[in-house]
Amino acid sequence: MALTETGKYSQGSVLGSVNPDIASERQTASFSVEKLTAWLDGGAERTRLRRAVVEAIERDPVFSRENQYFQSQNESYEAAVRKAVHLQKKMHEMGWTDDGPEFKYIYRALSGDLAFLLHRIFIRSISVLGSDKQIAKWIPLATQYQLIGSYAQTELGHGTYLQGLETTAVFDITTQEFVLNTPNISAMKWWPGDMGRSATHTVVFAQLYINGKCYGLHPFIVQIRSLQDHSLCPGITAGDIGPKMNFEHIDNGYLMLQNVRVPRENMLSKFCEVQPDGTYVRRGSQKINYFTMTTVRISLISDEVVIPLMKACTIAIRYSVVRRQSKLKPREQEAKILDYQTQQEKLLPQLAAAYAFYFISDYLQELFNRGYREIQRKNFDMLPELHAFSSGFKAMVTQYGTSAVKICLQACGGHGYSLLSGLPSLYTKIFASCIYEGENTILLLQTARFLIKCFMAASTGQSVPPSVTYLAAVTPEKCPAKNKLDFLSPDIYTEAYQHMAARLISSTAAKLQDLIQSGVKKHDAWNQCTVQLAQAAKAHCHYITVKNFAETVEKLETQPGIQKIMKHLCDLFALHGIFSNAGVFLHDGYVSGAQMDMVTASYLDLLAVIRKDAVPLVDAFDFTDKTLNSALGSYDGQVYQRLYEWAQKSPTNKQVWTLDYSQATSALTRAEVVCFS
Amino acid sequence: MMMNADLRRERAAATFQPELLTHILDGGAERTRRRKEIEALVINDPDFQHEDLNFLSRSQRYEQAIRKSSLMVMKLREYGIADPDEIYWFKRICLGSFPEPFGLHFSMFQKTLETQTTDAQKEKWLPLVHGVKIIGTYAQTEMGHGTHLRGLETTATYDPATQEFILNSPTVTSIKWWPGGLGKTSNHAIVLAQLYTQGQCKGLHAFIVPIRQLGTHEPLPGITVGDIGPKFGYDEMDNGYLKMDNFRIPRENMLMKYAQVEPDGTYVKPLSDKLTYGTMVFIRSLIVGDSARSLSRACTIAIRYSAVRHQSELKPGEPEPQILDYQTQQYKLFPLLATAYAFHFVGAYIKDTYHRISGDIHKGDLSELPELHALTAGLKAFTSWTANAGIEECRMACGGHGYSRCSGIPDIYVTFTPSCTYEGENTVMMLQTARFLVKSYTQVSSGQQVTGMVSYLNDLSRQRIQPQHVAARSVAVRINDPVSLVEAYKARAARLVEAAAKNLQAELNHRKSKEDAWNRTSVDLVRASEAHCHYVIVKLFTAKLAEISNAAVRAVLTELCLLYALYGISKNTGDFLQAGILTDAQITQVNQRVKELLAIIRPNAVALVDSFDFHDVHLGSVLGRYDGNVYENMFEWAKKSPLNKTEVHESFHKHLKPMQSKL
Repeated sequence: MALTETGKYSQGSVLGSVNPDIASERQTASFSVEKLTAWLDGGAERTRLRRAVVEAIERDPVFSRENQYFQSQNESYEAAVRKAVHLQKKMHEMGWTDDGPEFKYIYRALSGDLAFLLHRIFIRSISVLGSDKQIAKWIPLATQYQLIGSYAQTELGHGTYLQGLETTAVFDITTQEFVLNTPNISAMKWWPGDMGRSATHTVVFAQLYINGKCYGLHPFIVQIRSLQDHSLCPGITAGDIGPKMNFEHIDNGYLMLQNVRVPRENMLSKFCEVQPDGTYVRRGSQKINYFTMTTVRISLISDEVVIPLMKACTIAIRYSVVRRQSKLKPREQEAKILDYQTQQEKLLPQLAAAYAFYFISDYLQELFNRGYREIQRKNFDMLPELHAFSSGFKAMVTQYGTSAVKICLQACGGHGYSLLSGLPSLYTKIFASCIYEGENTILLLQTARFLIKCFMAASTGQSVPPSVTYLAAVTPEKCPAKNKLDFLSPDIYTEAYQHMAARLISSTAAKLQDLIQSGVKKHDAWNQCTVQLAQAAKAHCHYITVKNFAETVEKLETQPGIQKIMKHLCDLFALHGIFSNAGVFLHDGYVSGAQMDMVTASYLDLLAVIRKDAVPLVDAFDFTDKTLNSALGSYDGQVYQRLYEWAQKSPTNKQVWTLDYSQATSALTRAEVVCFS
Repeated sequence: MMMNADLRRERAAATFQPELLTHILDGGAERTRRRKEIEALVINDPDFQHEDLNFLSRSQRYEQAIRKSSLMVMKLREYGIADPDEIYWFKRICLGSFPEPFGLHFSMFQKTLETQTTDAQKEKWLPLVHGVKIIGTYAQTEMGHGTHLRGLETTATYDPATQEFILNSPTVTSIKWWPGGLGKTSNHAIVLAQLYTQGQCKGLHAFIVPIRQLGTHEPLPGITVGDIGPKFGYDEMDNGYLKMDNFRIPRENMLMKYAQVEPDGTYVKPLSDKLTYGTMVFIRSLIVGDSARSLSRACTIAIRYSAVRHQSELKPGEPEPQILDYQTQQYKLFPLLATAYAFHFVGAYIKDTYHRISGDIHKGDLSELPELHALTAGLKAFTSWTANAGIEECRMACGGHGYSRCSGIPDIYVTFTPSCTYEGENTVMMLQTARFLVKSYTQVSSGQQVTGMVSYLNDLSRQRIQPQHVAARSVAVRINDPVSLVEAYKARAARLVEAAAKNLQAELNHRKSKEDAWNRTSVDLVRASEAHCHYVIVKLFTAKLAEISNAAVRAVLTELCLLYALYGISKNTGDFLQAGILTDAQITQVNQRVKELLAIIRPNAVALVDSFDFHDVHLGSVLGRYDGNVYENMFEWAKKSPLNKTEVHESFHKHLKPMQSKL
């Protein structure tokens, strides 16, 4: 094929030199990018460590993501397995450990494109749910990769509502075994990662039956593939569930069990045990289970939402200072698209949100650490709050983040649609986070249940966790702002958010009570209020995010340069929220129509201010070009050159396509004959 | 296989006959009959059967698409189908969610040659085009230049010595980028380039450029052409790049119906170029219709699946309910269903209006064109943005399974989403509409009357007596009356247009340049356009109700229309409150009424998506199957996944086994 002649462009490749349009953006930064990076990392020492890990990974060709956008499902799966296998070696070589500080940087450098992530969950679930004896037996095998594990909970017909799972495990007292079965098609395990092709073992959640009595869901270790030749074990039907929007590298699988027998010892028995005679024994509190979910949801916010969102902002903002389109002033050159107010209004609020969620993720981590210390002292008091917070924030942040990444994608015009921009993959990945680890609407309703309970308690003077005492606080009835500058005061807008969240929660609680008092059954009343309840839960999380952002800025007084720009971002995040949800702030007259005009004015003014620092603000996220893997978002801003060079690497240009053109066109010529004969 | 019991119950409980509504959507019972007849030609034709495209590599998908495209051309001619609507019906059942690489040959390449060439050029090129002796595409967009056409950099320099144009791509940014069918399929392209003759630039003109050798299909010397690589969707389409280095074409290859270059290089100016407006209006009206259909398909899938899927517990001790019984699920889906219907009627309205006035256009009467042009720009943006978000919401409403390619929603989404960008980037479109609105507002302010959809602006001058802005005006809104809600939307649009126009004036008063002032007001201007479009949609939906004779159908559409209008208010309460159009108490009522309507629409939800009458072949979704047998078919589908071709994947031997033996 004679078309990869790139002529003068590739000879004089400009890759390596920085596009002047992006270089000029960096000259005018109002703060030190390096200092902001260090602060975000939690200190210069952390930054150094992160960079060292990322560099070690990126230098290793096995981890290259260069072909990522050109791979078939089979190829990406194979690459993920290869990387996971190689990573074990690498970690050993470098002296990195699974629970060391390096792991999250490794994950960041690899963008999570690894196989065997569920193997880690397999290990964790045995550590948490298994007896000491079980841990001693299985964990060494797993950590040595003598077996590969997965975690099979979700079924074809059942997701978030665990009690509805249908898989059964019947205890057979004569052989001292459990007999596992998939009683019908909707009970087939569906979606578990690593299960379609890789796993040899999996933890299966099934309804336990002893002597005909159901004891509810329990976890069982089930071998599904041979350790010798990897073929399926008797009674097992398993495979890959087919193409998805993303995660092509993961073999999400299905699993059908037909009279599969496992020994009695394979039921994970830290909390419950079936004794040889069939006696069912329960021990300890299962509350700790909630804690695992909480852990996963909190780590998901930073790894699967904040980082992709930061990447999307980096790509879209860098591209927007390189892309020129139309003229803003006659006789001048075409303007950078970031100079358009509408483009600023698309991207800068998303940038502010990326920072806001970065800080809320720290806040949640801290809350979690506190909770963990309490739990170790056998105090479970904080669990409901932790559970409610991790649920609500998971829902709010994933939903917000998904729409933010979508906005970034669409703000890059046609080129955003190319996989080479990196944005479609970020979008399809972050989108999945709205569903896994609990469907968002259901999670918001769990948070709402907690908030309503706290509201009831607070209004009758009982004590509630500090994060929700605001529900009983007395706030002024009107927002005191007098001019647009007043809306740049964190006290003013934080109070507006607090008022709004409290109002939505209290009015929903009142509605619920009214319905119940008018004779509507409790569950019906709940269902009739769910739209409002979900809105109230989101409002609560939004308020806490704003408040936490403002408090984070306050603590920055020793770094005035950074504090100033963070304050602008905090203002922007808060005012964007009021501007876009004007109705709920106007509703009871807390914010007046005239004040809303002030909000709008201040909000739009801020766009122009932050515009000047937009590129330094994304530079501070400190993603390497390899991590971004985007033709539009590289540090040097050589967008078009890179797009052109990458496109030529596409297999569609390398190999001769299998199409026989003469056949296609002769078919058309035949059509002609048919038509005119 | 039997129909799923849940769906059977849903269908039995409907209060109206879905066929009657289908007829309305199709434009008459006879058209429905003919559409089904045409669809059957494809469905029953073994030539059109193929493996699910989701299991194929990109190269294989492209090949399938080319095969199908060729087949479609043959069969359409074989059956003598020539009416544009009938061709459309035929193609959409063939293609499902996917684009066709030949698409631009028939739409843009052929259309442009038909409308912009001289008789001599027609005689030379059209037979080649009709006979598909040559395959062409339309190369306008460049790597660095999109919506702003004047910025294109490709040059065509006239050389009187040889009577040729010399085409060049002078920079990387000038490489033609994105045109469909350009990478691999086409051997000709209409190239838009800046014309230079006698040392002067004469602006953009169109040229016919051969790019590949007929017969061998190799690129011609001086031409660099290829595929732009993988995309979010459009795997079937070889969107391409094209770079030209001193590539010469004869003088006659410039499309010369309007502007001309004479042999000596003299440039003859075109008479009028407003006619191109007409084409843009037409294509954008198609996008409005496409927004309606894509959203309808996503709704069909999500609503049927929600009737089949059971989850959790609504009442203690009872079996798991259908997820469609949850208020939150209804709140996600029913407003989208109402939106799909609204957009359908809007699409039909624009199409009709275009056909009504296209006669005038050809006679040179362009008086109605500016308003229609402004309106379609905004509606294109409004409907494609809304549908895009709506399809996403439908996918989200299907939980994890919506993420699987078997749901069909990912394909609908990735195929639809570029329409927010192509044929005019949406924000730019909104600003075009805003320009028209501000112009109309200025006319009204200076005492003139305006007509058409913006005539509500005339009322503003009457209220000028009041010192307050429009906000002070009270509209006695009756929230159960669509006609009254149209008034509320009208008041909101008037208020936002006025606010934007005043802010623009204020910026100008700060002695800013016109462009600066416009830029600093553009967020307000976009909001004004959105409010205007929203008003037009509510108005057209409401107007449609009066045309429906069957009482049961009218009743259910009235509920949908009310839901559309009230939901729109509840999502934009700020505008209505701030302008004083509605009170706090009314907003509370609106929110309440929205939820009541969800419950009222619930029994008809499945029948309402059945009325769209998408054949399973067209829907391409396991979750949205008409018979509702979802789970069995998901399993069957998954078994065909490429990873399942062998029971033990090669990775086991290549990586896993060696690792286990080493560790």
